[in-house]
Amino acid sequence: MSKVSLTTPVYEEIRAHSEQTYPHECCGALLGVQSAEGWAIRASIRAGNTRTDSAHNRYQISPIELLKIERTARAEGLGIAGFYHSHPDHPALWSLTDLEEAHWLGCVYIITAVEHGHAAATSSFRLAGASEEEKHFEPDPIVIV
Amino acid sequence: MTIFIPTPLRGYTAGKDVVEVEATTVREALDQLTENFPDLRKHLFTPEGKVRAFVNLYLNDEDLRYLPTKEASEVKPSDTLSIIPSIAGGR
Repeated sequence: MSKVSLTTPVYEEIRAHSEQTYPHECCGALLGVQSAEGWAIRASIRAGNTRTDSAHNRYQISPIELLKIERTARAEGLGIAGFYHSHPDHPALWSLTDLEEAHWLGCVYIITAVEHGHAAATSSFRLAGASEEEKHFEPDPIVIV
Repeated sequence: MTIFIPTPLRGYTAGKDVVEVEATTVREALDQLTENFPDLRKHLFTPEGKVRAFVNLYLNDEDLRYLPTKEASEVKPSDTLSIIPSIAGGR
């Protein structure tokens, strides 16, 4: 089983972000390097949630912001390892919406549950499968380094 | 021109994050890319040959969907094409 390693500052940052946007969902990108053991996350970048029509239970990052994140990652010698978002007053488990809207195969999707404004569980899921038709989430243990 | 490959697709480009192609239009560039790396095709295109809805293509800083000639847009050797899968979700 692969794992995802996060530095303490990244772990704390994405959880702080989830509390600051409560009761809305936060979202952002995770930059890192990949090895046979899984992704090692070195940095996170906050992104705006464009789903202002339903920000309490939906998130979306604009493509132009993703393009800028991709360029930042490239400049720092890192890759986009995945993304994070929050589930306000909802468990840190992937939803059908999360799966339907996930297209970064092999990347990690980290979810933080926020209970009454306070970050609770944080979980990571890797989008596995060889194609869009076979995609599914597999839990990846989080290791704080 | 230069095509930037996102992390989920690098497994189909022999690990390359950048691919250089010689093309006069975006469509030619995409055709050349998928001729060189055939396994990419199903990830970028529907069986009918259309770019998948969740695949964003940026010619330099411009979203191809909003360019008047879209995939027929002419390109120069110094242009870049970025492939950016969309990201969204929610509980």
